[in-house]
Amino acid sequence: MLKIADKTLNSRLFTGTGKFHNRQAMADAIAASGSELVTMALKRVDLHSRDDDILEPLLQYPHINLLPNTSGARDAKEAVYAAQLAREALQTNWLKLEIHPDPKYLLPDPIETLKACEQLAQQGFIVLPYIHADPVLCKHLEEAGAAAVMPLGSPIGSNLGLKTREFLQIIIEQSKVPVVVDAGIGSPSDAAQAMELGADAVLVNTAIAVSPDPVAMAIAFKEAVSAGRRAYEAGLGSRSLEAHASSPLTAFLDDL
Amino acid sequence: MSFLDTFNQLDWDEIKLTIASKTAADVEQALSASRLNHDQFLALISPAATPFLEQMAQKSLQLTRQRFGNTIQLYIPLYLSNKCTNICTYCGFSLDNKIRRKTLSMNELDAEIKAIKAHGFEHLLLVTGEAPGTVGMEYFRQVLPELRMHFSHISMEVQPLGQADYEELMNLGLDAVLVYQETYHRSAYKNYHLRGSKADFDYRLETADRLGKAGIDKIGIGALIGLEDWRTDAAMVAAHLDYLEKTYWRTRYSISFPRLRPCEGELHPVSIISDRQLVQLICAYRLFKPEAELSLSTRESARFRDNVLPLGITSMSAFSSTQPGGYVNDEFLEHTALEQFAIDDNRRPEQVADAIRVRGLEAVWKDWDNCYSH
Repeated sequence: MLKIADKTLNSRLFTGTGKFHNRQAMADAIAASGSELVTMALKRVDLHSRDDDILEPLLQYPHINLLPNTSGARDAKEAVYAAQLAREALQTNWLKLEIHPDPKYLLPDPIETLKACEQLAQQGFIVLPYIHADPVLCKHLEEAGAAAVMPLGSPIGSNLGLKTREFLQIIIEQSKVPVVVDAGIGSPSDAAQAMELGADAVLVNTAIAVSPDPVAMAIAFKEAVSAGRRAYEAGLGSRSLEAHASSPLTAFLDDL
Repeated sequence: MSFLDTFNQLDWDEIKLTIASKTAADVEQALSASRLNHDQFLALISPAATPFLEQMAQKSLQLTRQRFGNTIQLYIPLYLSNKCTNICTYCGFSLDNKIRRKTLSMNELDAEIKAIKAHGFEHLLLVTGEAPGTVGMEYFRQVLPELRMHFSHISMEVQPLGQADYEELMNLGLDAVLVYQETYHRSAYKNYHLRGSKADFDYRLETADRLGKAGIDKIGIGALIGLEDWRTDAAMVAAHLDYLEKTYWRTRYSISFPRLRPCEGELHPVSIISDRQLVQLICAYRLFKPEAELSLSTRESARFRDNVLPLGITSMSAFSSTQPGGYVNDEFLEHTALEQFAIDDNRRPEQVADAIRVRGLEAVWKDWDNCYSH
């Protein structure tokens, strides 16, 4: 069980709504993933109409919590305004804070993200900021009131896996709030590795949405996240290139 | 500093020669690169790349799906006016063409908005001829706030403006500006633009810089295919994009590849591009810039659009009328007296969306929110 703010979640796999070839495929894949927290870009939601393509098929699943995101925001001002609109339209104070002024690699802006997080937390939002895997920034965000931190594994949509592994380890070790590895997770084995590191959850979108069989891929991720978490809880053995002899050379000392 | 400084260092003839001299080995090397430089792009648009078209298409499709997902953005152009003070030898709006001229009044604009909204479009492209006296800042100040209330994303393809004007329009709700150089061949440009402010090659070329400085969200660039050697013009567009991406790194970019279409005062293309070559060009741009939006208009046939859309395209227009007031009358396709050029794909929006669906993709009507507009 994962607790973020006032919510307890059974699934540690968070999913997204973008890039699917149709809304039924999206709904089927998300349902198969078992995900209870689903992020959706505010820019894709028609705030004037509840039967929007993305929103409507998800509303039939009561266990799914919506996590509107501010994708498209280039600074704190835009993100805060988008968050307020999302709260009003979707009746949720949960928010994935995304600020990426760089449209090429969509890398998050740490300065504007921290600024927005401070303001939004003060306004009562449950803020989950998408950030670079920067341990110091994570501590700043924690102090600013972030409910969780969402460091990237590698550039968004890249499917490159955990290129930031060492920094994720430091973040996980130091964090007092849940750590959700977001962006770059391209395969179930990447997700399992993030969970084995001790991440509290992972967010996967592109790898599921763009798969030729999104439902099967969603199930694969569900199982990988579950296996990775179980391995972390069981305690992984340490790694070494050297052989550990079953009859150590110093065993005779025990007999003395 | 602007792109003009970079452009003046580029030698048209030398680039043309470089493209012609590319070999199969150069193409193979470009195809294996993870990020392409400008020289590798030249290999992909060269005649040497022709036998590699299928490989290019496969890679282009894969990069497009990874970056943009299984979606195609739909937009519709709204022609506000066909008045124009320029004489351009390839354009139906040219001052010397004897067509009926019209600028939408506010009432007519409202009627057009209703007609467009009925089809579900949220992304709008405003188009005018270049007539600053009638369709200048004063007119834009009136229409933009009105349009802002109805649409999620507004682009504009009008005469080049100054940086301060762009900043003002952004505050009124403008999200993107498309400004095509038509051709990057300086002397040919002069021969096509006989009168009017559009004849100022340098001012037009520096428009993207003024937009970048103004901080616009998206800039669209491109060349009108047919005016000059298409390969060299494409090389110039790529150099322009390279410069813009590095200089105005917060801005998104889109590329279009309009082919000359029949219009009043018909002009025969200097450089014919075949369907096969256009596919090569689209794929080359995708491999060069995986993040660039690539747009295909209704200038192209339905058959061509349907087949090429999965290969790299990210946005398409649909149900376009290229004449002001064209959407109010449902039978507008019969009336072509005011249009800029003849469109080829006449299908209704829902038919285009169906065709997108048949290709395993989703038609996206809204992918921006005006809360992000300044």
